[in-house]
Amino acid sequence: MSNMSRIAVTSEGPSLDDLVDPRFGRAAGFVVVDLETMHTQYIDNGQSQVLAQGAGIQAAGLVAQAGVSCLLTGSVGPKAFKALCAVGIKVGQNLEGLTVRSAVERYKNGQIEIAPAANRSGR
Amino acid sequence: MIVAVASGKGGTGKTTVAASLASIWHGPVLGVDLDVEEPNLHLFLQPVIAGSEAAYMTVPALAESKCTYCGACSELCQFKAINVIGQIVLSFPEMCHGCGGCIAVCPEKALSAGQRELGEVRWGQAGGVGFLSGQLRIGEAMSPPLMRRVKARLDQMLTNGGDAIIDAPPGVSCPAVNAVMDSDVILLVTEPTPFGVYDFQLAWEAFVTLGKPLGAVINRAGLGNDAIYRFCREKGLPVLAEIPYDRAIAEAYSCGRVIATLNPGIEATFVTLRDKIRHLAQPGRSREAAHA
Repeated sequence: MSNMSRIAVTSEGPSLDDLVDPRFGRAAGFVVVDLETMHTQYIDNGQSQVLAQGAGIQAAGLVAQAGVSCLLTGSVGPKAFKALCAVGIKVGQNLEGLTVRSAVERYKNGQIEIAPAANRSGR
Repeated sequence: MIVAVASGKGGTGKTTVAASLASIWHGPVLGVDLDVEEPNLHLFLQPVIAGSEAAYMTVPALAESKCTYCGACSELCQFKAINVIGQIVLSFPEMCHGCGGCIAVCPEKALSAGQRELGEVRWGQAGGVGFLSGQLRIGEAMSPPLMRRVKARLDQMLTNGGDAIIDAPPGVSCPAVNAVMDSDVILLVTEPTPFGVYDFQLAWEAFVTLGKPLGAVINRAGLGNDAIYRFCREKGLPVLAEIPYDRAIAEAYSCGRVIATLNPGIEATFVTLRDKIRHLAQPGRSREAAHA
């Protein structure tokens, strides 16, 4: 299902020029980028707002369905991290403050470290 | 009769009041600690523990060979404790609330009833006072399921009559509501400080909707201001007892003593409180209190 050339970035809006959303589970949405064509697709994550808990796990399901090989974001909690690992999606963290475009460029240039563990404690 | 001793703010004196009431109660009585996250009633009643048992909750167990990854369980679970992502089933048993819905909707019968340990239920005797408590397992996040197990044993222990005094957890969220919802009378213990008054108002708002007789006990009386008395007057909430702000009481508490045994004056305060609780719990009064 995974396609090596597709990655997802948590985003505050639908375009490459929106800011990386620092949250994963409760991100506004995900910009899915085809690294070869730079074609983008936006996945709204509004449905996670109604969940009292488990938003990160649900979000992991959403990005898995999009068929990406890597997720770029600010913070991932331990349960979401476990879910992303289980479906074979690599995680790049601490990218808040960048635009989606510059996060993707860093990834393409090999400047993003793949996280060995979640960087946030769960609830 | 079941008396729940509750409060909005923590540290107002719930356990002090519950232990003292139990010690001067007339007739068979059980002291019940439902503050399962941090039980402390035993420190004051010092019961001899006669028995204990581990308490469990039903969580799904998967037989993956039968699973077709249809996702029915995942769709139903609003807590995402079980998830189907592609051809992977990922479960987080610690997030499960134990509704059993996933097991019921699984068309392949791939899910069956597994268990998660919630903690321990203990019971015993402290002189003439019966004792019952729950203690949550370290790492367990949900206290209401364990509280329900403690209350089930309470029902058994009360089948031959007798009264119970419940030491409830503080706050106004699910654990606090679970502790008071099956009682006949709710005592709200507070202190006349701004924090005490604020949280008392929240507790009153949360519990008045249960339609049970409510009464206030003001601990550390003499401290702070009169806002709590004005609030009780406005809402028609009876102030059933006042415990003075007194160093001797604090010292006795810090040594694990039941303060009703400290001197005849304090004992009389609790005997009067007991009689007022009995009066408040009389049939026919609950409706009046609910509308107060």
